[in-house]
Amino acid sequence: MSIVTVQLGQCGNQVGHELFDIICSDALEGQRKVYSTASCERFFHQTTHGDLVARAVLIDMEPKVINQSISRAAKSGRWRYGESSHFSQKQGSGNNWANGYCVHGPRHRAVVEELVRREVERCDRLAGLMAMMSVAGGTGSGVGTYATQCLRDIYPKSFILNHLTWPYGTGEVIVQNYNSVLTLAHLYQLSDAILVHENDTVHRICSQLLNIKHISFGDVNGVISHQLGSILQPALTADSHGVYSRNPLGELVSALTCHPEYKLLSVCTIPQMPSIDWQVRPPAGSERTRTFTGPSFNISLANLLILRGKEVYSAETGGFEDPALYTSWLSSEEAFNLWKSPVPFNKYEKCATLVSNSQALLRPLDNMVGKAWNMFASRAYIHQYVKFGISEEDFLDSFTSLEQVISSYSQLS
Amino acid sequence: MTQSVVVQVGQCGNQVGCRFWDLALREHAHVNKKGLYDEALSSFFRNVDSRESDGAAHVVGGRIQHLKARAVLVDMEEGVVNEILQGPLREMFDSTQLLTDVSGSGNNWAVGHMTYGSAYREQIVDKLRKAAEHLLSLLEEEFPEVCRIVTSIYPSAEDDVITSPYNSVLAMRELTEHADCVLPVENQSLADIVDKIKHMSHSGKPGSAIRRDSTLISGQGGLSGPEKPFDAMNNIVANLFLNITSSARFEGSLNMDLNEIAMNLVPFPRLHYLVPSLTPLYTLADVSVPTRSDAFNKDHQLIRADPKHSLYLACALMVRGNVQISDEGWKTGLCSVPPVGHSHALLALANNTCVKLTFTELRERFFKLYKKKAHLHHYLHVDGMEQSFFSEAISSVSSLIEEYQHLDATKGTLMLDAPRLRIAR
Repeated sequence: MSIVTVQLGQCGNQVGHELFDIICSDALEGQRKVYSTASCERFFHQTTHGDLVARAVLIDMEPKVINQSISRAAKSGRWRYGESSHFSQKQGSGNNWANGYCVHGPRHRAVVEELVRREVERCDRLAGLMAMMSVAGGTGSGVGTYATQCLRDIYPKSFILNHLTWPYGTGEVIVQNYNSVLTLAHLYQLSDAILVHENDTVHRICSQLLNIKHISFGDVNGVISHQLGSILQPALTADSHGVYSRNPLGELVSALTCHPEYKLLSVCTIPQMPSIDWQVRPPAGSERTRTFTGPSFNISLANLLILRGKEVYSAETGGFEDPALYTSWLSSEEAFNLWKSPVPFNKYEKCATLVSNSQALLRPLDNMVGKAWNMFASRAYIHQYVKFGISEEDFLDSFTSLEQVISSYSQLS
Repeated sequence: MTQSVVVQVGQCGNQVGCRFWDLALREHAHVNKKGLYDEALSSFFRNVDSRESDGAAHVVGGRIQHLKARAVLVDMEEGVVNEILQGPLREMFDSTQLLTDVSGSGNNWAVGHMTYGSAYREQIVDKLRKAAEHLLSLLEEEFPEVCRIVTSIYPSAEDDVITSPYNSVLAMRELTEHADCVLPVENQSLADIVDKIKHMSHSGKPGSAIRRDSTLISGQGGLSGPEKPFDAMNNIVANLFLNITSSARFEGSLNMDLNEIAMNLVPFPRLHYLVPSLTPLYTLADVSVPTRSDAFNKDHQLIRADPKHSLYLACALMVRGNVQISDEGWKTGLCSVPPVGHSHALLALANNTCVKLTFTELRERFFKLYKKKAHLHHYLHVDGMEQSFFSEAISSVSSLIEEYQHLDATKGTLMLDAPRLRIAR
């Protein structure tokens, strides 16, 4: 079953390109026929000449980034984007969510829907849709939210996963907190699961674990796509009966987002090592147990552990079923899910990925809402949104929705 | 890449504008070795085949045939525009982009606005529309939504035009009401910067030899001939414009378009005056890296207000070249292509309440004339011009100053977090 990816805005298109690149090299690595076939089918379609073409639609309101992504993919020689699978304008959204959601989104709705429809029809079976975007800017956040809404209308029964990149807390865009609040509040009603990467967290990984001295967005995007790839590549699940799961998004959603109030997912991977060719052994001893950070830890609703590489069948994962980790209204056997793949991923001899629906994102979310609320108290920048059709009422509705989410997560015990 | 149209108005506007086009060509030539009409070029230039009669523009990707600037040149006397059309940049503009009238406005804003404004309004809009027609047709519908960024030169206190305070105040009213964002530039600051650079290059200190093509005042490598008096100063403003538009013209890991600048730096509609500052002003013969604090040094600013004792409402940093931004906290733009002759450059745009001082001084100079009704009759003689225009304009400036004042008063007081919404359980 195949996933159709929609890359939106600068971030969505930059990260999306990295993701397909990693997936393709992982899929074509070595002699792993079954894995390779499954992975290629999931993310690429093959032309009559044997070219791998990404099952992706690239959307942006200005053309530079899309052009860059398309040409870099073509240069790789291993895969490319479809020739007409992209749509861009010459204008940008000016970091304005309202401009993206109220103006660009509706204006280009037909084109975007058509592009997605074409990709979907190329799939034998659709596993679901993944939209990739940032929440800080104008196109990814505004157009991305509108596009998700359209896709939800057209494909009401399909799984929709939104991959979001949250900006650095201290800012890349001054109005980022407004854009983030509006995006999250709307997506919560539309999405099946919201998988989040925070630039701050990924930056720390780059500096502390990967020892990168001067961290660029390229490095950040590399880590994000490694982690995403490790979730989305083929794996054996409890329900897949000995073959690679054919319903990755469905299984992800049913494992982790069983309750409509709780849709935020965070991810971490071990090991994170600088990219090297020789095989790496993770620390011996407590092989794959999770370490609790600090005296109090985040309560989880559900966890999904994905093991890839050597010795997956003998890994000891009992520690993840400790009831103390979970909320009381789900048994830990149901809350904890385990996927495996004996095939090493992205040249890591062994790697483990933990996708969590937990309080891990609570503090960053609360900070984001708090800052947006303070700015809203002085009504700074509001005229910029009103100009394009988002009113103070709309802001208040979004704040209310997110306070609800914050309250739900805070009360997990 | 967003596409933009540059409107150059008056002698100053056209002279600065031409320096911009000259330097922009130089920048693009430096990067675009293959002579292809790429996306970067298309943001500010059209590519036309002069053999085709309708001059239809070619799409991106082909070879450069003939570059035309996406510009409209407006002036009320022909002298300046004619000079441009005879100068080395003449190929860049065609006749549909020009708007001139013979008799000049005689330093009288009223004459310019009332008579020519109304008569030419249709024509001005038409010219703009023609330039825009070459862009995607979508832009036509969106005219009112298109972002208008104005770079305006404010006269120094010792100005050769006596009535400049009147003209400035009257113009400011329009700027406050109708521009999305204004970058005020003071001639005195430009002159100070030029002096500083000349002083540096002549100081004779070891290690202080400046690379000739790498100062902000140098037109070297461009098309124009020997430098004229205002050239050095105009070059600085042209560089400001180059840096602001660099992210629209070249690639980078975090693009910052013109409309993003207006969005992020204007929290309240009328308070849209941004203090620009540039660094480095020159590179020494041995390598040196601009420090970020230079960008906030008032010697690097293009207007004379001191931001240190005022309140920052918002700030943006546009970084060019291969520089890592390690701490955050403002609107940031990262463009991979540095200016010619430099390895990096930094442009800071600050929405800071210190501009109120600039406006306060302007108001004082205005009142000095207005109290005695000096030269007023020249303006009031023009059909349709009334004294109320003056009083409304100055009161617009006064209320603007007050709005900045009001925000300044909050400086230093501890802002408590606003109490959050509470959810009933």
